Amino acid sequence: MESKELICVNCPMGCRVKVTMEGQNILEITGNQCPRGKAYAEQESICPMRILTTTVTVNHGVHRVLPVITSAEIPLEKMEEAMKAIREVTVDAPVKVNDVIVKDLIGTGVDVIASRSMNRA
Amino acid sequence: MYDIVIIGAGITGTMLARDLSRYRLHVALIDKENDIADGATMANSAIVHVGYDPEDDTLKALLNVEGARMYEKICEDLGCHRKVTGAYVAACGEVEEKHLDILADRAERRGITYEWLSGDEARKEEENLSEQVTKVLSFPTTAVIYPWEVAIACAEVAVTNGVEIYLNTCCERITKEEDHFVIHTNNGDYETRYVINASGVGAEKVYRMVCDTPEFKITPRRGEYFVLDHQVHYVNHIIFPVPSAEKGKGVLAVPTVFGNTLLGPNSDYVDDPEDTGTSFEGLDYVRANLTKTMKNVPYRYVIRNFAGLRPSSSCPDFIIEEAKTVPGFINAASIESPGLASAPAVSQYIIQNILKKHLELTEKENVCLTREKPLAMADLTPEEKAEAIRKNPLYGKIICRCEQISEGEILDCIHRPCGAHTVKGVKKRVRPGMGRCQGGFCEPRVLNILARELNISPTEVVLDAKNAKILESENR
Amino acid sequence: MKKYQAVIIGGGSAGLSAAVTLKNQGIENILVIEKDGEPGGILQQCIHNGFGLQTFKEQLSGPSYAERYIEQAEDLHVDILCNTMVIKLNPDKTIEYVNAEEGYVTILADAVILAVGCYERSRGAVEIPGERPAGIYTAGQAQRYLNIDGYMVGKKVFILGSGDIGLIMARRMTLEGAKVYGVAELMPYSNGLPRNIKQCLEDFDIPLYLSHTVTKIFGHDRLERIEVSQVDEHLKPVPGSQMYFDVDTLLLSVGLIPENHLADEAGILMNPRTKGPIVDDNYMTSVPGIFACGNGLHVHDLVDFVSMEAARSAAGAVRYLNNTLKEDHKYEVFAGDGVNYVVPGLVSASCDHNVEFFFRVRQNFEQAEIVMKSGDKVLRKLKKRKLMPSVMEQMVLTTKMIQELEGDITITVTEVSDGK
Repeated sequence: MESKELICVNCPMGCRVKVTMEGQNILEITGNQCPRGKAYAEQESICPMRILTTTVTVNHGVHRVLPVITSAEIPLEKMEEAMKAIREVTVDAPVKVNDVIVKDLIGTGVDVIASRSMNRA
Repeated sequence: MYDIVIIGAGITGTMLARDLSRYRLHVALIDKENDIADGATMANSAIVHVGYDPEDDTLKALLNVEGARMYEKICEDLGCHRKVTGAYVAACGEVEEKHLDILADRAERRGITYEWLSGDEARKEEENLSEQVTKVLSFPTTAVIYPWEVAIACAEVAVTNGVEIYLNTCCERITKEEDHFVIHTNNGDYETRYVINASGVGAEKVYRMVCDTPEFKITPRRGEYFVLDHQVHYVNHIIFPVPSAEKGKGVLAVPTVFGNTLLGPNSDYVDDPEDTGTSFEGLDYVRANLTKTMKNVPYRYVIRNFAGLRPSSSCPDFIIEEAKTVPGFINAASIESPGLASAPAVSQYIIQNILKKHLELTEKENVCLTREKPLAMADLTPEEKAEAIRKNPLYGKIICRCEQISEGEILDCIHRPCGAHTVKGVKKRVRPGMGRCQGGFCEPRVLNILARELNISPTEVVLDAKNAKILESENR
Repeated sequence: MKKYQAVIIGGGSAGLSAAVTLKNQGIENILVIEKDGEPGGILQQCIHNGFGLQTFKEQLSGPSYAERYIEQAEDLHVDILCNTMVIKLNPDKTIEYVNAEEGYVTILADAVILAVGCYERSRGAVEIPGERPAGIYTAGQAQRYLNIDGYMVGKKVFILGSGDIGLIMARRMTLEGAKVYGVAELMPYSNGLPRNIKQCLEDFDIPLYLSHTVTKIFGHDRLERIEVSQVDEHLKPVPGSQMYFDVDTLLLSVGLIPENHLADEAGILMNPRTKGPIVDDNYMTSVPGIFACGNGLHVHDLVDFVSMEAARSAAGAVRYLNNTLKEDHKYEVFAGDGVNYVVPGLVSASCDHNVEFFFRVRQNFEQAEIVMKSGDKVLRKLKKRKLMPSVMEQMVLTTKMIQELEGDITITVTEVSDGK
């Protein structure tokens, strides 16, 4: 049995949430002041998930690169692998916001989408 | 074979290059840095001292008074900024007041305009003058300039008239042949009949290449400064404390040509001739010593601090002469303050008193010693601005929001002779990045313009020195 | 001379929100002046997520957030003049601007809204000793190079200041293959949002050195090395505490300053704490008809509040344009103990709408009591946990309270925990 303390990031309260675990099983969560804190601590203890934002090369755009974002959170531990895959991608302008740039990023089931529209230069 | 190679493209070297460019001579100007005026000329108080300070019977006294009087015409001829602010030498108490008498006496004998003010009279003109100031000796003809602007303009004129300029060319060794010298550099050998050593902080080192027992020793002396944003108007005149033998001209408050204020310098001997770093101690010294003459210093408006090296010499006077043991090797050394004010006269002195003895100086035809003032949007009336933009729309595209510098001005300074090829070079010539954001906004834009105009990758654009890359790599 | 009902200076998050609000409230003849090539302002380079939770109930990236407003503005046919720099704003509400197409132009506005944003404090303003090589950038500068232009400024990075842009850049550069050696913060607490400390530093094992600062820069051409020292309670470096990092890049995230020179030149009164104009409950400055909002007024923590505030300043401008503002006594609003500043700084006695104050505390509070008083009368008192300077706080002054004001207003914050 081990316990660790997390600081909840859902709001500025920054509750110190204590999670007690046995292997992968959560035994107890204390210190949170709202349900969001509990959900956060659960997820964070088992598999931290994050939104990934970066850029891809865009041809003929008004800028050299296009900002992109994952359509949902992906596991934190897969960030490096995800970045590697995104680095290979090139798109052509014009692009519309929310256009899918990478479908099913490295098998996560999550897409990478354009985070803005970009006209041709 | 060159007739003359000038080592050092600071204010002395460039003035001389311009003056020599009128004659039928084969002249080269070399500098180890990546731009004109990157040494002492870049980082100093920017003052054209009128010449009351140097001791009697010195070259300094002679050339300072003469040089200062030449600046008005030079700046006009070269389209350079110059502002006559006047200077106050502020005495605190009787002992210092006595020293002012010495300065006034020199001024009288040298024909320099001066006026006396009581402490209170001076405070009416300068509200931030300290209460401790009891008497002021005013020199109303003292001016400020942009030193590097003058040096760059001189270089431009020189190049236009056929002088060759080689940057990133560091003198490593000089050999004396029968009737000429060979200057060995990282950038090839330069054969020349005469060498002029105008290398500032490096003057002793260069001299040692031809003389084992130089009669002077140069020690870099560092001066650190604060720069205040032009949003605050702090002083009208240059404010000096009473000078002293050990501390030189002391800590000053200087209004610059563009409305900023310089506060400094301290005076600190350093070992490393490249050490232009600032220090807590140095800046603290400036703050502490400024309180003698000034009050209400608005440090919250500080936008930059910098340090410059002055070539402090074991010889109290300028050394401007042909080396006694090395005929043909001419030192323009030991040139610290008032080197900037003296530069035009130093150049003339070298030509008239030294070179004329050796060389036939015949004037070329079709030389042009003047430069048209580069267009500066900030100097124009709204009507003139509108007209300028009609002719070239890029004058309407503002790149630096703090100083309101347009893309047109930046392009002009890149494509002139001796044009800017670095971010700092653009800043020196047309001033984007000189403002309160210090380039936070405009630097990426200036960098992209440089890359486009020089036809290089943005990753090849440098800040200043040729290895000072700003971008590490393309990210995609 | 062209005339407009309202001219908005700045087409970023504040300016777009103000424009949309003006149009929605029936002010048709308006113009937005933007210095960049496209609207959106600094949001275009803030490609990370976390924007819009309040406004759209979604976590958007900066560009997406901007695009929502740009679309609204387009739908409402807002005129946005890009690549145009305002050179001067005059107290008579004439505006002098310059661009490549029209040249140097003077226009007249019945109302002006300053939505000019802010700039980053530079190295000179924080006085870091040492050499001045390439390799030192403000965090926003590096962000622009990376996210708009597509270039990495360096591979071995240290960050001074724990402001949010610095933290965001720590993660961003790490993801792009740089090694971030640490973040030094002069104060004993972080200046960034807790979420960013967690997700930008802890996720990537980047150390945060509180009560530390950079005390020396080494490298003549390009940055080679930095010296970092601990600071004491007077924020002075502690001798012997030096650490050295061989880095090629130093990012500065040491504060943002409202871009106030247009306002200053127009003779608008400034608040020395916020470094932006002093405004009243309508977000009107000391020059009637000139309004201010967004980061040009005071630096915000979340863009949602910028949009919200800009909408309020636009509503104030509408009242002004409709001549419904009454000349009346204005109560001053003071930042009392524990409070760094309060905006708006003035409340008109005849104000007929609720006023929401934005304020920031001076230091961290575990369990704080926030008190809003008018003269000796307590208007509102509430307890709140975890207050920190990096987070903007809000407090509402209701119309009922305004009617009962007995004098100037003060907001104070005191620690009420037992000190554990």
